[in-house]
Amino acid sequence: MSTRGFTGRRPPEATRERLPPGQYLTEDFPVLQIGPNPRIDLATWSFTLSEGSKPLKSWTWDAFNALPRTRWGGDIHCVTKWSKFDTAWEGVSFDALLADAGIAAPTDFLLAEGYDDYTTNVPVADLAGGKGMVATHYDGAPIPPDHGGPARLLVPHLYFWKSAKWVKGLRFTKRDEGGFWELRGYHMYGDPWREQRFTGD
Amino acid sequence: MIEPDPRPLPWLNATLVGIAPASARVKSYRFRVAFDRPMRAGQHVDVRLTAPDGYQAQRSYSIASPPGGDGTIELLIEGLPEGEVSGFFDAVAAVGDTIEMRGPIGGAFVWGPEDGGPLLLIGGGSGVVPLLSMLRHRAAAAPEIPALLLYSAREAGEAIAAGELATRARDEPHFDLMLTLTRAGGRRIDAGLIAEALERLGSPRHAYLCGSNAFVSAVAERLVEAGLDPSLIHTERFGG
Repeated sequence: MSTRGFTGRRPPEATRERLPPGQYLTEDFPVLQIGPNPRIDLATWSFTLSEGSKPLKSWTWDAFNALPRTRWGGDIHCVTKWSKFDTAWEGVSFDALLADAGIAAPTDFLLAEGYDDYTTNVPVADLAGGKGMVATHYDGAPIPPDHGGPARLLVPHLYFWKSAKWVKGLRFTKRDEGGFWELRGYHMYGDPWREQRFTGD
Repeated sequence: MIEPDPRPLPWLNATLVGIAPASARVKSYRFRVAFDRPMRAGQHVDVRLTAPDGYQAQRSYSIASPPGGDGTIELLIEGLPEGEVSGFFDAVAAVGDTIEMRGPIGGAFVWGPEDGGPLLLIGGGSGVVPLLSMLRHRAAAAPEIPALLLYSAREAGEAIAAGELATRARDEPHFDLMLTLTRAGGRRIDAGLIAEALERLGSPRHAYLCGSNAFVSAVAERLVEAGLDPSLIHTERFGG
């Protein structure tokens, strides 16, 4: 159904090809979160891989930063419709975390957990093979608190609510369990190119 | 406890039934729409416009009206001439038009009487819109719950629903309004205004903050410094 009188302001062709459906390009970096930034002390910061309630491996900030580094550059897409092009991230890949822990992923699903008690689910297959990292740097500098620093998950090919800010761990789960937004009507997977914003999309 | 709604969120046809000014820059758009699920105060809708060739643009807007009511909802949209969707509403949309909409959306920045009070509501500019929904709901459903709105606008003419808010402050015994204007030597929300709000309201059970990210970040920090438990502070932000 077309909207009477609406013609739209289409972005240039080259931009349009990079924009998933329903998205628009933004130059700034919007901030979306459910509360204040949590207070995080690097002296007590830790990152933990766990299986259910059982911890598998934890790193202090220093130990985490001694792990092999990885970089990713490209476009990111938020379910609230903005997309940002050519972002640059650096951190520790999911693969490197597993390698350092000396384990294979024990299940096919996990929940990322943040210091703000936020959670979001991600299939292991969407983190492994270089697809996801725990990022500590954005655009060459430590990630500012507003954007999830000191460390956030980065799953750039999914809507950005999956890239949990202030991440403190990844908890492997037997089933695909919904996290904070997934329990509030957001899609369980969240592929921007298939416009999986909400349940059933 | 969250009970996820397993049903897909359908696009609905909403009929524009009324347009009215809400401030110098913002108009009220009232739509008749039949949501297939209950709404909570503080939620938003997605709006989708389609050009004749199929090109679409979507945006999210907070709902200003309270839950329940007469089968209509109110959106308050600033007429940004450069805005692809807001500009359409300002210059083109007319009563009788049909717009695609889906919602209500959002389950974090919501309030209902069962959540209790006192309620500290802090809005910057058009960030007052979801707070307006909460205030209207509170007045209708739980007027005994104390609430205070600390509202920062650039100038008096830009304060949204200023007349309604002043009337509520005058007529509702448990609602208090603090309006601060930032232009022409006005005052931003600082530690002093926060302290005054907390003095007048008492210890809040919930604080809801909405506005630009810079506004919400700064106010959230002041609230934490003032001793509020961060878990009581709910934020909704727009802009970079």
